[in-house]
Amino acid sequence: MDFSLTKEQVLFLQMIREFAEKEVKPIAAEVDENERFPEETVKKMAKLGIMGIPFPLEYGGAGGDNILYSMAVEELSRVCGTTGVIVSAHTSLCAAPIYEFGTEEQKTKYLPKLCSGEWIGAFGLTEPNAGTDASAQQTTAILDGDHYILNGSKIFITNAGYAHVYIIMAMTDRSQGTRGISAFIVESGTPGFSIGKKEKKLGIRGSATSELIFENCRIPKENLMGKLGGGFGIAMKTLDGGRIGIASQALGIAQGAMDETVKYVKERKQFGRQLGQFQNTQFQLADLDTKIEASRWLVRYAAFKKDQKQNYSADAARAKLFAAETAMEMTVKAVQFHGGYGYTREYPVERMMRDAKITEIYEGTSEVQRMVIAAALLK
Amino acid sequence: MNIVVCIKQVPDTTEIRLNPETGTMIRDGVPSIMNPDDKSGLEVALELKDKYDAHITVITMGPAHADDILREAFAMGADRAILLTDRKFAGADTLATSRALAGALKKLKYDLIITGRQAIDGDTAQVGPQIAEHLDLPQVTYVEDLKYSNPSTFTIKKSTEDGYQIVEVDAPCLITVLSSANNPRYMSVGGIMDAYKKDVEVWGYTDICIEEENLGLKGSPTRVYKSFTKGAKSSGQVYEVEPTKAVEIIVEKLKEKFII
Repeated sequence: MDFSLTKEQVLFLQMIREFAEKEVKPIAAEVDENERFPEETVKKMAKLGIMGIPFPLEYGGAGGDNILYSMAVEELSRVCGTTGVIVSAHTSLCAAPIYEFGTEEQKTKYLPKLCSGEWIGAFGLTEPNAGTDASAQQTTAILDGDHYILNGSKIFITNAGYAHVYIIMAMTDRSQGTRGISAFIVESGTPGFSIGKKEKKLGIRGSATSELIFENCRIPKENLMGKLGGGFGIAMKTLDGGRIGIASQALGIAQGAMDETVKYVKERKQFGRQLGQFQNTQFQLADLDTKIEASRWLVRYAAFKKDQKQNYSADAARAKLFAAETAMEMTVKAVQFHGGYGYTREYPVERMMRDAKITEIYEGTSEVQRMVIAAALLK
Repeated sequence: MNIVVCIKQVPDTTEIRLNPETGTMIRDGVPSIMNPDDKSGLEVALELKDKYDAHITVITMGPAHADDILREAFAMGADRAILLTDRKFAGADTLATSRALAGALKKLKYDLIITGRQAIDGDTAQVGPQIAEHLDLPQVTYVEDLKYSNPSTFTIKKSTEDGYQIVEVDAPCLITVLSSANNPRYMSVGGIMDAYKKDVEVWGYTDICIEEENLGLKGSPTRVYKSFTKGAKSSGQVYEVEPTKAVEIIVEKLKEKFII
């Protein structure tokens, strides 16, 4: 067993931290305030290979792995939760399923552009009546000659409107239940495919979250991804991978809030002493630091198992559950430690608190993570 | 075009803490970084590589762990890296250092040699100019900007105390670059993945043709008379107020401290 970082990981952390500090942190508050998708940051990340970290060179990837990818999302989220989820959804929910389930033609067509960041990726599973119960899909895909015709809508889709490639789940045979769901690759600009209303959110406000609308949208037959009726399995496996990304985002947000809090309690004086000199502060921070460190190793262990091609479903669920709940606890306490200042937008901790909440909800709520873990335990 | 960039590993002086009792620098736990001026020098080389397909060699003289900055240079886009290391080089002042580097440079092909203006741990700004003298090369120091025109001319903006000069120089030549010249690029993820797959060439005393008495401590005429740590000043407080208000604050502060 070896917990030490590889030389490449050390170099990578040096790069991504510097990038996050210099390019992402300075605009994080403005991106949040204006609910602005940071396109310029995506371009900068694309140039450095951050949009294709865990994919092989032959498909235009950086030739890294999921641990490195997880570190990237963590470090970006440490200063900006929005930027973290843009990379996470793009990598885990779009490029990864194409890489894992796509045909050679699909991989060759889409991965180089996704990995280079020329194209951004998104994923559409959730519908107004199919949230945690993802099997209740209403969107349909009917075969018509050489095309599938898609009808229906998807909601809460991350990167919507900015993405060029969407992985869309749709019913191809309702009588088969979950085995009647199939996965499709839909490109932006396809006639009949439009972006609906953009959500106004509590947190990750720079991330674009919108509805996708399909009205007799014809896509070529070869855009079916995986087997006909294999879509639900693809969606579940894709979300397993996505949870590593969101767990990393939660971990980053928690660490970012801890960094801010440590800085603050060393500076702020009340009753003639620094806040950090009060034992109440010390004990609370010690507990939170322990939880953050535990989250980090849960996340890295899940990423490691994915890299080793082992079953990591429950590991990713544990990582996401624990990291998300830690992020929420850490950020709420960070605001408390900052007192009145923490409640204002002059300090970043209130933004971190708003950003943290979604990590307990998307890509499987904390309740869903508990279901996954319990299912693995009691099988 | 062949470019050689001389880089140095230095302690990150922004992270340096002082021992409050002895006033000396606490080196433990201080991260080592690529000297900022040198990094900007490497960026100048990389920009030439982007435009003219230049071949970039980076070289550093230092202990074995200086390998780290050569890997970083690989990840930024350098093509070849040389670590000049030998016990005989230890204790070198700027003269002995520049002799060793010039000895190594004589064995390399170059049209342009780039160094940083100065290292943040020594602040001498001597090594670059000395290398140029050893190699009998024209030199331009304090470089802010550089343009290349075929076949072998560089047009250079050189910073001076009261402005700048534009000078032209023909290759081969040496320049020393300011960190204000550019924003060095980040390492790319692909570059990082390859950085440890490439070979860093390790050269020692036997690889350069310089007499032993001219190297290391023996070859260093500089004798350190006294070393001291600059007194740490507290960061102070900044007030952005009208002059009349500023006077009030100053008077109040001076009274508080019983100065007036």
